[in-house]
Amino acid sequence: MSGGATVQAAPVPARARRDSPGRRALRRFLRHRLAVAGLLVVALFVLGALLAPVLAPYDPIATSWTRIRKPPSELHWFGTDENGRDVLSRVLWGARASLAAGALSVGAALLVGVPFGLLAGMAGGWTDTAISRVTDAMLSVPFLILAIALAAFLGPALENAMLAIAISATPIFVRLARGMALDAKTTEWVEAARALGNPPWRTAVVHVLPNIVPPLLVQATLAVAEAIIAEASLSFLGLGQQPPHPSWGSMLNSAQRFLGQAPWMAIYPGFAIFLVVLAFNLLGDGLRDALDPRSRGR
Amino acid sequence: MWMWLLRRLGQVAPTLLILSVLIFGLQQLMPGDPALVMAGEERGDPQVLAAIRAELMLDRPLHEQYAAWLWRLVQGDLGFSWRIRQPVGQLILEKLPVTLQVGVMAFLIAVAIGVPAGVVSATRRDRPADWIANGVALAGISTPNFWLGIMMILLFSVELGWLPPSGYVPLTEDWRQSLLTTIMPAFVLGSGIAGVLMRHTRAAMLGALSQDYVRTARAKGLPERVVVSKHALRNALIPVVTLGTIELGRLLAGAVLTEQIFTIPGFGKLIVDAVFNRDYPVVQGVVVVTALIFVLLSLVADLLYMAINPRLRAA
Repeated sequence: MSGGATVQAAPVPARARRDSPGRRALRRFLRHRLAVAGLLVVALFVLGALLAPVLAPYDPIATSWTRIRKPPSELHWFGTDENGRDVLSRVLWGARASLAAGALSVGAALLVGVPFGLLAGMAGGWTDTAISRVTDAMLSVPFLILAIALAAFLGPALENAMLAIAISATPIFVRLARGMALDAKTTEWVEAARALGNPPWRTAVVHVLPNIVPPLLVQATLAVAEAIIAEASLSFLGLGQQPPHPSWGSMLNSAQRFLGQAPWMAIYPGFAIFLVVLAFNLLGDGLRDALDPRSRGR
Repeated sequence: MWMWLLRRLGQVAPTLLILSVLIFGLQQLMPGDPALVMAGEERGDPQVLAAIRAELMLDRPLHEQYAAWLWRLVQGDLGFSWRIRQPVGQLILEKLPVTLQVGVMAFLIAVAIGVPAGVVSATRRDRPADWIANGVALAGISTPNFWLGIMMILLFSVELGWLPPSGYVPLTEDWRQSLLTTIMPAFVLGSGIAGVLMRHTRAAMLGALSQDYVRTARAKGLPERVVVSKHALRNALIPVVTLGTIELGRLLAGAVLTEQIFTIPGFGKLIVDAVFNRDYPVVQGVVVVTALIFVLLSLVADLLYMAINPRLRAA
């Protein structure tokens, strides 16, 4: 509300306030028990990553020749790895690489993809054709293969892996934003905004963008899940986080060599990936049900 | 129909052209002198360096390099791997059948699990069978391929000793051994796709079951089994076939890590080895071929959609 100080806002009746679209969406989301569980798990992982320095019982990098490949015990809940490092501490610190890769790369993809998609949808004509064809071209290479190729050419480093994932995730958001902009363009409120003489960029930012936030949010949540798997895959191939710094993917890579002797090295980092990806997927499904009334019951 | 195909091809052509620019552009991301990087271990050999410089026309302006690269590409020349000392195209042709075998097996597994699960969950909506099917599908989608592979090796090879943990025997050599070596990777690849297929089938079945013709069939007194299989499923499968064809392309991406885990010498292992060895022409070639397969598959998906949807066939 931008009513200004002189206008005395009439008290909103309690019932009307309770029934605002946001509240209704929140209620639908909270009814979705699995989605709430997903949100909780995501929150736990974020906390674990942020508090890794406090929570981790050991230094994740310090090696110890006396504690090589020890099975889970009271001292080391998740056991130790081939260099005597505590697996639990590495899983906690590794959450940083995974969550950062998920959040930052999808954030970057949104920041680049949405403006281009809006531009294509609003402008139409040659601009649209050019942007759409580039999007089509990028989407015709499977996500992971594109990310691997980009990371391979950029060189092995976590930042490069994130950049590669961000680039690979961008075309989906371009396509989504373009489609939504095309939809919104035919609605009365956008027509009204244009009739009032708003310049196209203002119509796009003020009138179209807010209306396409819900589907973007859903897609972004699901994209984070995919980005986390991609980061783990790249790190598994040695293209992401570089040793000795921990990442779930690279932990699984070294675990594979000791599968017979130290299965715990493979079980815990992989389970962490599974759990956080599952949580983001549940969250995305729940948000879809809550924010998009059309898809309910699907 | 032919007009439509022509128009569709007209759309594909610019996409492929842009794609070629992007893939050529990958080279520009490389740090340092491309010839030195591409030569890798052979960097000390001036003859190799000269050959690479000549092949890539590194002394010419960028657009000429691109034109020459594209011209060779159109003629089927995907470049030369200095590491393996073989043409890239030949390497890919050697590896593709292996991936194809695992991929077909994976797809059969995915269809055998995904489609029935989707039907069951749609016809028993909001009941335990539906919850279980949805839960398993979500778990399948959320499990990273490579972790599932490692866990399966742990269970079936290390603990139980039932299956070989790695390696590959060609189908023509010994089909029994061949199946034993590929069943785990095929299941790993198929599980994720099964989840996606299950979700598509469920959504399409729910749509079909609420249609008038299903109500008519039920009103005629047809048994529910016939209504579901003959009336609803046949229509629901139309979008599933299309989406399934696209998933087939995604198998290639899944193959990358799965083949690495099980040391299957296929297409996916080729790109991983190329990445490890900094064998850039191979990486580039693999991306080109993947994109071609993907574009081709989406074309096939559209054609299938036309072919099995009677409403579109008439038009």
